[in-house]
Amino acid sequence: MTLAPETDVPAAGTVGQTFLPRYDDDAAPAVPRASLGRLTVDEKFVRIGSVASGLGIAWLITQRILPLAGLPWFLVVWLVATLAVTAVTAAMSGGAVEARDRLAATVMTVGAGVVGAVLISAVVFVTVKGWAALIHVNFFTEDMSGVGPKDSFDRGGVLHAIVGSLIQVGIAVAITLPLGIGTAIFMTEVGGRFAKLVRTVVEAMTALPSIVAGLFIYTVFIVALGYPRSGLAAGLAISVMMLPIIARASDVVLRVIPGGLREASLALGASRWRTVWHVVLPTARPGLATACILGIARGIGETSPVLLTSGNAQFLVVNPTDGVMNSLPLFVYSLVRTGEPNAVARAFAGATVLLAVVMVLFVVARLIARPQRTKPQRTQRTAPQSARTEENP
Amino acid sequence: MTTLPVHDAIDVEATPRAISRKATGADKVFVAAIRTVGSVVLVITGGVGVFLGWQALPTLRHYGWSFFTESSWQPEADVLGIAAVLSGTVLVALIAMSIAFPLALITALYISEYAPAGMRSLLVSLVDLMAAVPSIIWGLWGSYLIMEHAAGLAMWLDRNLGFIPLFQVDDADPNAAVPVLSRYSFSMFVAGIAVAMMVLPMACAVMRQVFSQTPQGEKEAALALGATRWGMVRSVVLPFGRGGIIGGAMLGLGRALGETIAVLLILSPSFEVKPRVLEIGGNTVSALIAGRFGDASSSQLSALLAAGFVLFLITLVVNTVAATIVNRSRSGAGTDA
Repeated sequence: MTLAPETDVPAAGTVGQTFLPRYDDDAAPAVPRASLGRLTVDEKFVRIGSVASGLGIAWLITQRILPLAGLPWFLVVWLVATLAVTAVTAAMSGGAVEARDRLAATVMTVGAGVVGAVLISAVVFVTVKGWAALIHVNFFTEDMSGVGPKDSFDRGGVLHAIVGSLIQVGIAVAITLPLGIGTAIFMTEVGGRFAKLVRTVVEAMTALPSIVAGLFIYTVFIVALGYPRSGLAAGLAISVMMLPIIARASDVVLRVIPGGLREASLALGASRWRTVWHVVLPTARPGLATACILGIARGIGETSPVLLTSGNAQFLVVNPTDGVMNSLPLFVYSLVRTGEPNAVARAFAGATVLLAVVMVLFVVARLIARPQRTKPQRTQRTAPQSARTEENP
Repeated sequence: MTTLPVHDAIDVEATPRAISRKATGADKVFVAAIRTVGSVVLVITGGVGVFLGWQALPTLRHYGWSFFTESSWQPEADVLGIAAVLSGTVLVALIAMSIAFPLALITALYISEYAPAGMRSLLVSLVDLMAAVPSIIWGLWGSYLIMEHAAGLAMWLDRNLGFIPLFQVDDADPNAAVPVLSRYSFSMFVAGIAVAMMVLPMACAVMRQVFSQTPQGEKEAALALGATRWGMVRSVVLPFGRGGIIGGAMLGLGRALGETIAVLLILSPSFEVKPRVLEIGGNTVSALIAGRFGDASSSQLSALLAAGFVLFLITLVVNTVAATIVNRSRSGAGTDA
């Protein structure tokens, strides 16, 4: 196949003639160009080598030269040595600018790694400490009635705390979800001076410390009105804490809905309620779900409001108005305070359950918030069979 | 075929109809109903704040300024004040921020600028997950895993930097053959570490969000002019995200001030105004409330509510300033459509 005209010698007098390159059929195939962004082998070696030599220097200093025993010292010296070697090797090739860049990159990576290690250490530590109690089935099927802090793990469990937590958070959700989302709709859809006032107050109340929310319900509901400590009081305390959080988070989500969608719906003759119900809320559904589930996760994990309001029942209570109740955070807190090794292990097991509940809520929130891929699915469905198999072998 | 509307010759001089933006019919019902919901929430949330202030009044009137200057909490002797708990609250929050701020900034920069593109969303999820970890978990982590290491570090600081009042520890000899670690445990320092892990993800999330809104063109311009990645971060990302950095840190500070349960688990309560953060003992407003509400009479309850009200006011000021900074900065919160 010839791509260019066979004109080896330009004719005299033709100015501005363009020659297209000719393919040489005998030439070796072109070598693919190395990626511009990727590191060369040399650079990779310098980076890995810096860390390795830092490790060696750290061993030399901590084990042979200075009396710095213990893992923390070793890690600190390793970090410092790695930084020093990195700076020297970078300065050799690229001067001070390169050295600063490489040092910054190392510090960023190490810092992020420390944060990751903290998160993993917390999760693993709590699970490991509670493992002895967690592996007993009765831990999930029994309550703590008649079980002392020194009793072994084959008696007693966390059932009453799980049920209590679910009931209390259920009460809080039943109160805060309609009110919170309703307020957010009011603030974004209706607007006006009054809505601005509501927004200011709601934003201010997100600053309310959770313990003060608990103290408020304790003072009003239990001391002033004379009701006993109960699951209902705990649910109300969680509601007071959660309401501003959910209202504000939903407000943030609803505010980013493009105004054009609303206007299109209104221009087509829909009433404002229909616009909200059929256009605004469905568009905001993933964001709203995330906001609410994260608010719920916060509510279920907060200890201080329930500490003041729910009492600390050792037995299964299903009626939230019927006296004292328990919940997971409170279960953990009260058992840790006893100081008995067995009770503390039980507390760690309870904390693991609490962590698992929060993680499940979190994963659900992520799954809901994931952008839905409806369009490719539709084209796939309508595409002919042969085309589909070609696209997805 | 298109037919043009036929004009009625008589009706030509029709006046334009009056346009009203007032809601009618179903819209009116909707607006009224949703306004009611808003009012209810306003009453509830505003009511809490007003109630706290109203309940705090008798205490403030009774004790006057001594409520803010007295450090002991002895309701039996009618002597109480929040000087010790307030300074403790501020100290714990400051320790937490001095640990959380650099880590949050570094993590946010790592996620937005350094991490491989494929890992970015996973890392963002991890930071959000960290924010969702209940505070009692951090309390357990702090008191059972971190405490002894932190006490060792505290002793080392006391031994080598003990001449600074901040790192001083009374009644303890760091150079003793068998040092007493208990004087260095249960301190504000350890509580601050646990609280730092709670506020870190929150500050990090705000910072990362602002960093991710840095205009791509400016970043590419810096790189095209020959900047290294760090040069680009320093000259484009950090100046652009300044508002987010300050605002995120202050939002974290607001959360740190109100943290209860981790502090309650770690700190051994004492009523003393002291800068010696490595030493055993200390107290915060929220831990005071959690520890004293049970056996409180009505006047003591009012005093606790007053303490809570003061704490609320401080967090409110911090949060408002933070929100103003985040919204005012060039980066903005990015929520206004």
